[in-house]
Amino acid sequence: MHLVPTRAAATRLGASCEPRGRERNWGGGARACCSLRLQFRGQLGARPLPPCKVYVRSPLAVRRLLRPGARGALLPGKGGCKAAGLPGALRGGQCPASYLVNACWHCRLSAMSQLELKRNKVLEARFVADEDVLKHISDNGGVKVRKDRAQLALNIKRFVKKLENISDDDEAQEILEEQNYVAVLGACAEASELAQTPGKNVTFESSQYPEKPASTPQSNKKYSASNKAQLKSKKNEFVSTTPYRLRKRLSAPSLRSDSESDYSASCSEEEEEEDKDHKETSDVILDQKTPSKTRAAPASKKTPAKKLKEEMTSNLVEEYFEAHSSSKVLTSDRTLQKLQKRKLDQQTLLVLLNKAPPAFTAELKELNQQHESLFSKWMLQLHLGFSIVLYGLGSKRDLLEKFRTSLLQDSVHLVVNGFFPSITVRSILNSITEEVLDHVGTFRSPLDQLDLIMKRFKEDSSLELYLLIHNLDSKMLRGDKSQQILAQLASLPNIHLIASIDHINAPLMWDQAKQSLYNWLWYETTTFSPYLEETSYENSLLVQQSGSLALSSLTHVLHSLTPNARGIFRLLAQYHLENKDNPSYPGLSFQDFYQRCREAFLVNSDLTLRAQLTEFRDHKLIRTKRGTDGVEYLLIPVDNGTLTDFLEKEDEDM
Amino acid sequence: MSTSSVSKGCFVFKPSSKKRRISSSKADYFSQGKNDSEDSGLRFASCQLLWKQINSETEKIQEELNKQLFDNLIRFLRQSHSEFQTKTTEWMCRMKSSEIPTAALVLGVNVTDHDVTFKSLSEVLQDNVTPYVVSLQAKECPGIKHLLQKLMGQLMDCYVDADSSEEEECVNISQKKIRCSMASLSKWYENVTKKTGSETPSKKRTSSSRHWQSPPVVVIFKDMEIISSQHIHEFPLVLIFGIATSPMIIHRLLPHSVSSLLCIELFQSLSCKEHLATVIDKLLLTTQFPFKLSEKVLQVLINIFLYHDFSVQNFIKGFQLSIVEHFYSQPLSVLCCQLLEAKKRVTSLSHNQCENIRSLPSFRRYVESQVSEKQIALLTEDSFLKEVTQTLLEDLHIYHENYFTVLRCLHVFTTSLPKYPLGKQIRELHCACLGKSVWETEEYESAIQLLRMLAKDELVAILQKCAEIFISPSGKQFSNTVEKLEEFLARFQNLEGKHVTYCQILSVEFRSVPSVEELSFSYIPCCSFRSYLAPAEMQTLNEVVYFNTANTLREHLNAAPRIALHTALNNPYCYLKNQTLKSDVGCISNTAPDICIVYKLHLECGRLINLVDWLEAFSTVVTAVEGTDPEAVATDQVDEIIHARFIRAVSELELLGFIKPSKQKTDHVARLTWGGC
Repeated sequence: MHLVPTRAAATRLGASCEPRGRERNWGGGARACCSLRLQFRGQLGARPLPPCKVYVRSPLAVRRLLRPGARGALLPGKGGCKAAGLPGALRGGQCPASYLVNACWHCRLSAMSQLELKRNKVLEARFVADEDVLKHISDNGGVKVRKDRAQLALNIKRFVKKLENISDDDEAQEILEEQNYVAVLGACAEASELAQTPGKNVTFESSQYPEKPASTPQSNKKYSASNKAQLKSKKNEFVSTTPYRLRKRLSAPSLRSDSESDYSASCSEEEEEEDKDHKETSDVILDQKTPSKTRAAPASKKTPAKKLKEEMTSNLVEEYFEAHSSSKVLTSDRTLQKLQKRKLDQQTLLVLLNKAPPAFTAELKELNQQHESLFSKWMLQLHLGFSIVLYGLGSKRDLLEKFRTSLLQDSVHLVVNGFFPSITVRSILNSITEEVLDHVGTFRSPLDQLDLIMKRFKEDSSLELYLLIHNLDSKMLRGDKSQQILAQLASLPNIHLIASIDHINAPLMWDQAKQSLYNWLWYETTTFSPYLEETSYENSLLVQQSGSLALSSLTHVLHSLTPNARGIFRLLAQYHLENKDNPSYPGLSFQDFYQRCREAFLVNSDLTLRAQLTEFRDHKLIRTKRGTDGVEYLLIPVDNGTLTDFLEKEDEDM
Repeated sequence: MSTSSVSKGCFVFKPSSKKRRISSSKADYFSQGKNDSEDSGLRFASCQLLWKQINSETEKIQEELNKQLFDNLIRFLRQSHSEFQTKTTEWMCRMKSSEIPTAALVLGVNVTDHDVTFKSLSEVLQDNVTPYVVSLQAKECPGIKHLLQKLMGQLMDCYVDADSSEEEECVNISQKKIRCSMASLSKWYENVTKKTGSETPSKKRTSSSRHWQSPPVVVIFKDMEIISSQHIHEFPLVLIFGIATSPMIIHRLLPHSVSSLLCIELFQSLSCKEHLATVIDKLLLTTQFPFKLSEKVLQVLINIFLYHDFSVQNFIKGFQLSIVEHFYSQPLSVLCCQLLEAKKRVTSLSHNQCENIRSLPSFRRYVESQVSEKQIALLTEDSFLKEVTQTLLEDLHIYHENYFTVLRCLHVFTTSLPKYPLGKQIRELHCACLGKSVWETEEYESAIQLLRMLAKDELVAILQKCAEIFISPSGKQFSNTVEKLEEFLARFQNLEGKHVTYCQILSVEFRSVPSVEELSFSYIPCCSFRSYLAPAEMQTLNEVVYFNTANTLREHLNAAPRIALHTALNNPYCYLKNQTLKSDVGCISNTAPDICIVYKLHLECGRLINLVDWLEAFSTVVTAVEGTDPEAVATDQVDEIIHARFIRAVSELELLGFIKPSKQKTDHVARLTWGGC
């Protein structure tokens, strides 16, 4: 059975992966929470239980429960649980999994497994006895608990502070309810961290709730029974609520200038919803007797906007530090392999993308026309000694290409693809000296080269060059030295530079001195067109490395070598492939390799072999590594697929 | 020829020499872009002319401002090695201390302006002190080797320039081979001295002026100076450091052993604020140039100066841009030239241009204020319109003449007040007057209140200054006023008691407390003060000479690329005017471009993002949009096309710098941005 960590489900539901609002969840019930989390993560207490159904009150509640550190809906029951399961209902069936876990007081937790569930459409839940949980905690989670405790103290402080601040009645009520819940947990778990909360709360709760657990089993039964009847109608309801959730989540700030506060606004919405969720969760647990009342509650209760504003700024900061405070990051362990999805290679990706219907063609066209109307103005300003930099979302390559083809056909110009993975300033300078200035000769350093270029351009005022750089901020060009050289080029009156930038931090490349050399004029050209060319160089995250580049370089290099040298490489490649399944394969030791080569009549002394290897090493076809025993091992730093392809191709040629 | 390739990143395009025409002139581009290209040729010509004038003016200003500094420097340089020329024995004494005379030039943080300063400095030095001036910049010399190479190179070049061509050959050869060391340098120097000694014996001095910007240079200096101290007896050397921060930096960057070898003298250049004040004074507050900036534009430029770079150079760049923009976008800017020329041009205006005049808001206001017959004539007859335009232009010119004089007067008054209610600098006062009727503002009220408290001698001083302003050529039309003012001053000085305030004097003089205007300008009887300082926007035809689209200027000079990206991602409706994007107010539609959806989803995540979960969330959102029956869709396999779209969007986010691949966990990416974009 798969145990899926809470985060996965949470994300799937579109919830924030942020452990935001953790303090509220954790208040008091730290021990319980802790065990919940451990349950999710590890495979413990392997006591199988029959499949059981889980009842879900609302997707929001589920999301809440599936939060990391969420306390879970611990619906008390005797020796087992009764709940209705609604796999898929949460998302109206679209989303494969989101399962609530249900546990009774003495049994804790459960699990959810979406992959299996997808097939079975039956929810499996597992119940683990208290003892097991405790044992597990003491075994593995000791450290964690301690850590949690420290945090708990802090959380409680915050909590108290909040309590003091809140004047709104509803709010206070809500929090009291939460406190009640906390009290229940605290009473049951022997650890009473709750003692740290202010006295008035504690006394209030503990006086009221000790008998609660005893009464809950029946009420739970009632609860689930009554809700079973509503199942069908609920299903529809979820379908409608989900889009609402999405809308909420996607709700965007509408003002362009005021971005900071906009962003926070969407955050605080989240916060607000959390409050609602939270309410629901506690409702699930505490108000089972009056389900109808709680169902109405979330809609009607709204946190006052004022309070939200106050929280906004602190939230952002807290969010950041919370995410960066612990080295541990809670995300699901799912990998793409489990998704049964092979990685797409570049070609299939392109084919598939071509199939996808283009959206907003009319609008995009209009946008482009707006930009194109600026072309002659750009030319004017380029001639007046300014350089032009284009920014904004979307690939600006097509736009610049159009600019080039429409206005620059009759003049000398140089196009630089900054996104090209092995572009260097040197190659740009070389293109200028060799092709534009027809200079023969080499240079000791780029600076010498730059000097020559500057001299030539200053001497000959009729010489004119347009420099188009796509992605001036690419990885290869963003270095300080490169930028300095480019800036000095741009400062020449007869070199006209027009460039595009995409990275959000691109302007940080330039200090005042460089900026004044560049003499930028900024133009916003948001095109929304996909960065096809820019992201196509096989360095993308999800694209499979087809290795066609590596393959072609391999064949090229080897074709220029003697047959013996090719044989040597072949030998090594074959050995490499034979060992591809061996994870601890260190490489082929030099002595072994020499023996093999001798046997194949490829070399006659180890000196000749070394000479051959130098050739390979210079082309980065092999790598040598010294093993622990001091022996030299040879490796081919090319992935196996490419190597296989290469060998096949070689066989064909032979 | 295509520009995408898997093996190449640079593509050179050279048109065949036959096809290569003399690339179309700037004027062509100037006229191409706009629909109403009325008089574009003329407009461009006047634009160029104006910019040329302004540019030369700024250079002149710069020169004047630097003059004193340079004079001091030159004096220092002459003194520093005077012994070397006069008596060798004395020089030998000094040599024992082996200190290198060093001038430290404190230039301020506006690094971008320094280039110009250094350029003119080395020119001045070359003209006045020695032909051997080497200017080295930190950014050009990443290492000691480069530095020495550059130094040698520049020295040799100077030498070649100074000497006959006979030498040229050998120098050129040696330049490449020469082992760049101090030893060779001094040898070379001896060489030169011997050869040219008879010609210019008194000017054997080499000064390397160095643009010192960043700490990395230190290493270079260290070596350099240690070596050079050994050679100083053969080789008179003066160093000039440019310093951006504070003189302390020399001691911090150079170890004691090195700095003890330097004999440092400090020179302070003019602060950039004073420089700006002069530039504004000479460029903006004058009738010499017809082109004017409106309040908002000026505010933008000043803000960039004050809050971003302190660079006068950039200020002038902004000024240039506004000139270009003005002439480019305003067809009537053809009239933005000297008055006489403008009057001439009015007569040859086309009908379209006349219509343009009629549609100017300020002109419409003017028409409405006329009697009805004249209104009709103005709106129908082009010839009459032209006549009126000529007079209006003249009015505008006179307005400016008066305005600047009166503004300076007012500035004299306000600048001496405590707390400077109307600003300390004349530019602040100028902005205040440009924007609105200054006499209606609270600041003005308080300024007048304070004026009343002024003591007599202060007041007399102020009034004398005013009189000077009126006497100066710019205030010639105020001759009447000057007479009155002088008379007034004379009477004033006769009054007894030093501590009488202005108010009291006036009440003595006039037997009544005068009104606000009378107070400050009661001695200007000919016309009322209000008409002089009326905001420029109220003037008819102000659009011809005032550039007022501050927004364009801000966009192009002080852009905010992050905000643009953020808006595009968050609210694509700003760019794509599609109803489906608009439909939910304040929300992003699910039909938004993929990258927007992916971006929104990523905002909700923590430090690490699981790609699988992200993909699933994305596909959920997207499929929901496409209206497919959620129950029917097989949920376990995400559609391939959606997968592909997701991949594209994620790679795009990576390119934009929002995420980066992470090795902490398989199939995870790390989020890089936090908080509002």
